[in-house]
Order: sequence, then structure tokens, then C-alpha cells
Amino acid sequence: MLTDLRTWLLLVRAWLRAAAQYPASFALLMTGSFLVSGLDVAAILVIFSHVRELGGFTLPEVMFVYGTAGVSFALANLFAGNADNLGAYIRSGDFDVMLIRPVSAFVQLGADRFSPQKVGRLAQAAVVLAIALPQLGIPWSRAWMIPLMILCGFVIFTAIWAITGALQFLLVDAPEVSAAFTFGGGQLTQYPLSVYGADLVRGVTFIVPLAFVSWQPALYVLGREDPLGLPYALRFAAPAAALILSLLAALAWRAGLRRYRSTGS
Amino acid sequence: MTVAQRKPSSSGGGRLTKIAWSPDAWRCPTFRLYLRLFQYGFRRHATYRAATFAGAFTNTVFGILRAYVLIALWQARPGLAGYDVADAVTFCFLTQGLLEPMRVFGGGLELSERVRTGAIAIDLVRPAPLQPWVLAQDLGRAAYQLVVRGTAPMLAGAALFGVVLPDGPLTWAAFAASVAIGVVVSFALRYLVALSSCWVLDDRGVQAVSLVATLFFSGMVVPLVIFPGWLGTLAQALPWAAIMQVPADVYLGKTDAAAALGFQALWAAALLALGALATRAARRKVIIQGG
Repeated sequence: MLTDLRTWLLLVRAWLRAAAQYPASFALLMTGSFLVSGLDVAAILVIFSHVRELGGFTLPEVMFVYGTAGVSFALANLFAGNADNLGAYIRSGDFDVMLIRPVSAFVQLGADRFSPQKVGRLAQAAVVLAIALPQLGIPWSRAWMIPLMILCGFVIFTAIWAITGALQFLLVDAPEVSAAFTFGGGQLTQYPLSVYGADLVRGVTFIVPLAFVSWQPALYVLGREDPLGLPYALRFAAPAAALILSLLAALAWRAGLRRYRSTGS
Repeated sequence: MTVAQRKPSSSGGGRLTKIAWSPDAWRCPTFRLYLRLFQYGFRRHATYRAATFAGAFTNTVFGILRAYVLIALWQARPGLAGYDVADAVTFCFLTQGLLEPMRVFGGGLELSERVRTGAIAIDLVRPAPLQPWVLAQDLGRAAYQLVVRGTAPMLAGAALFGVVLPDGPLTWAAFAASVAIGVVVSFALRYLVALSSCWVLDDRGVQAVSLVATLFFSGMVVPLVIFPGWLGTLAQALPWAAIMQVPADVYLGKTDAAAALGFQALWAAALLALGALATRAARRKVIIQGG
């Protein structure tokens, strides 16, 4: 586990150093992704220029939900986001090269062609969170949940990337389906789930556990009632959800690897 | 010219009678060249069917998520900017369907790739101007994408939330024209971005800036009609509005169709003219290294 992490860091450093050979491009890519992900906040600000509450939540509260989910998502994207491209690696035969190296294929895939854009995205989410937090005045008795929820969110998103990556062993030609779950999950968790329909919220609570990324723990941190009236204990269920999902992800990834047949040539 | 004209006759008599039956335009070699390029663009993208359906699925999922946010906004502020909830939902799925035909995320031309590899040299010596050549291919691409990726999100939106339909055949016609000009505007912008790689070598920075502008000012992030104050006025006058907001407004009947089409046509003409100038400059600028 620790060796894997060290390998990942080593590979990422190599890719970042390669990207830094073109400093202007490096800076533009990072700023560019900072701005593109910042557009989501622009959307929130435009919406709040017309309303004082969205789904029963104020602007700082929405920004808190956005920030925590955004940091989790950006961290997972940093670590495993490249799994979206597995189909392309399989088609070109590059995945075979990863399999013969003495390092976990998932770690190699996650670090490959690491782009400074991913760092820009993380920075943007962190800035939003840093702006939202002081406005909310959260007491320390509840603030302990914040790092934990970010960690659990990171694990949940990484697991989703692993599962959709495993699916690409079957759907080599349709990588965009993955984006619906990975980036779709990122989009969904940006807002308090009270804006979505009740069925959708139940679905992302009990089937794809996205509700535990930001929504359920945020209800606890913000001291709010659950508009759907789901059990209070769910607010502390994020670690359990993260654990179960990562076990499923590990199984799915291994099953995918086992049934993998190279494209040949 | 003579080669192009002689070619059909050498390929057999059946072909000749076919041409005789067709309208006059068919006899014009220039028209047939661009029609052929259009068909190639269409067929080339029609090859990747699984990817198209996967993309349509993803567009639809994002459409559903965006729709809930817009519904929450319009339920809190009914009638905001002259839209009701049904209009907002329709706007959402309509733009989600136009996302790929209009290539809001940029690219789709391979031109910058060809500048980097030097293949642009071949494109520049072809006996047909570069910009219309690439435009014809891009229109073919857009036509194919409209069929699947344009309709799937709308159908899902209609099934899940219900969508508004245009008033009558006139509005449908205006909407079709608006989408067509919108694709041209989108192409002209992407063409300029791609051609910039003749000067900046690594065009990823330009692409990143263009992406931010396109996403924000096309109405993809939130409808331009709810932009506050001067920002809204500015956004609705910029060319990116012609890609998403204007076609959607024509569809919903929120704007005078003739004025809207005129606005789009003006931007299309201006940007294509700029593209032609840039092509001329690029012709003098390009140095092909090696061979």
C-alpha cells in the first residue's frame, strides 16, 4: 500500500516535471482548469443573484457542500481519474505494457500522463471551501467531521473510478459511459441533494452511495434536518459506505483484470 | 476542373443518367466537392456507433442533473426572465443535445494536430480553399451528431419531466436554420482557435481560454437570460450566444426569429471573414520542417 503510494508519487513527479518543461503551457493549463471548474461556482453565484435559498440552503451552505465534494472529487481525479481512459490504453496495447511491470496496474494507470490541470481543479475547490467555512461559524464539536468526510468522499470517488474502469474491460469502445458516473457523480454532489427528486436521492443513498460524499455528513456539520427524513445515523455512515464500495471496487477491478484478453498485435 | 467534370463519365453510363436527373447544382463541380466532403464527415463519425450512444447517455445524465437545479431555481422564482419551469427544463435538454453538434468542449477539426505534424502543407496546396473544405466536413459531423446525440437527451427529458414543443412549422423551420447557422458560428470560432497553432505552437492554452469563454457565454453553464445586469447584455451580444442561447430561444419562441437569425448570420459572416484572413496569413507564415 505504502509502496504503491510512493510509486504513484514518483510517477506523478516525473510527469509533472515533463509538463514543466513548457512553463507557459504548464501555467496556462493549470489556470485554465482552475477557471473551467470555477464556472460551476459562477453558476451558483448567478443562481443566488435571483434567490436567497436553493433547496432550502443558503449561499455559504451550498458553497460548503460544493467545496467539500469538490475537494474529494478533485483528489480522486488526481489519483485515479485516468481510469476513464482505460479503453484507449487497451485499444492501443499500452495496457499490456503496464501489466508486465512490477507495479500495480491501477497505480500506473492513475499516474500516467498526469496533467497539471488536475492540480488546478483541486486548488479551485479548496479556495471555495476556504471562503465558505469562516462564514458558517461551525463549532469544533461538529467540525471534526469535515476532514473525515473529505477522506471518505475521496475513497468513494476513487472506488467509482475503479468500478467504471473495470467496466471498460467490457465496454472498450464506449468510455463516455464512465463519465456519466464519475463526472456525473462530481456534478451531483456539488449541490445539496434537496434540489434533486426524492427517488434520485434514495438511489444515490442506497445504490450508488454518492449521498455520503457531501450530503449526509454536511447535514451533520451544518446541523440541519434531513428533508427526506432518513435515519439520523446515516450522517455517520460515510466511512462504512466508503469501505463497502472500495471492497466492491477491488473485486470488480480484479475480475476485470482476470478476464482481460489483450487486443493482440 | 476538367478532371472533375470528366470523372463521372469515365466511371460508367449509369452515373451520367443519374446526374441528368438531378437538379442543376449537381452539375457544379464545386458544389459536388463540398457535398462529398460533407458526406465524408458524416460517414466518418457514423462509424463510431457505440461511442455515440455512450456519449448520448452521458449527455442525458448530465441533463437530468442540470434540470433539477434549474427546476429548483424556477420554482423559487416562477417566470424568471420570461421562462416558466417547462421552458427551463426544455432549455436544459435542448442545450444538452446541442453540446456535441456544436462542439462546446472545442476541437473536432484536427487542424492543430495537422499543423503540428506538418500535414497542413498538403491542406494548403489543395486546389480548394482550406476554410470551406474543413467547414464542409464539420457540417457533416454536426449533422450526424444531431441525429443521435441531439435527440436522445430531448426524448429522455420529455419522458421524465416533459418538454415544450415549438409553436408550429414556422418555428420548427426557424429553429432548424438557427441550429445550422449556430454550427457555422461554432465552427468559425474553433477554426480560429485551431489556426492559432500556426503562431503559438502549443495551442492548448488558447484552447483552455476558448473553452472557458464558450462554456460560460454560450449559456451552457446557466441560461444567459438569467445573467445579472450588464453581464447579461454583454453575453447576449457575443458570438457564443449564437451557439446555444439563440437557437434555444428560437425554439421556445422567446425571441423574434428573423432578428435572431440575422444576429447569428452576422456573427457567422464576420468570423468566417476573419478565418479567411487568418488562413491567408497562415499560408505565408507556415514553414514546413523536414519532409
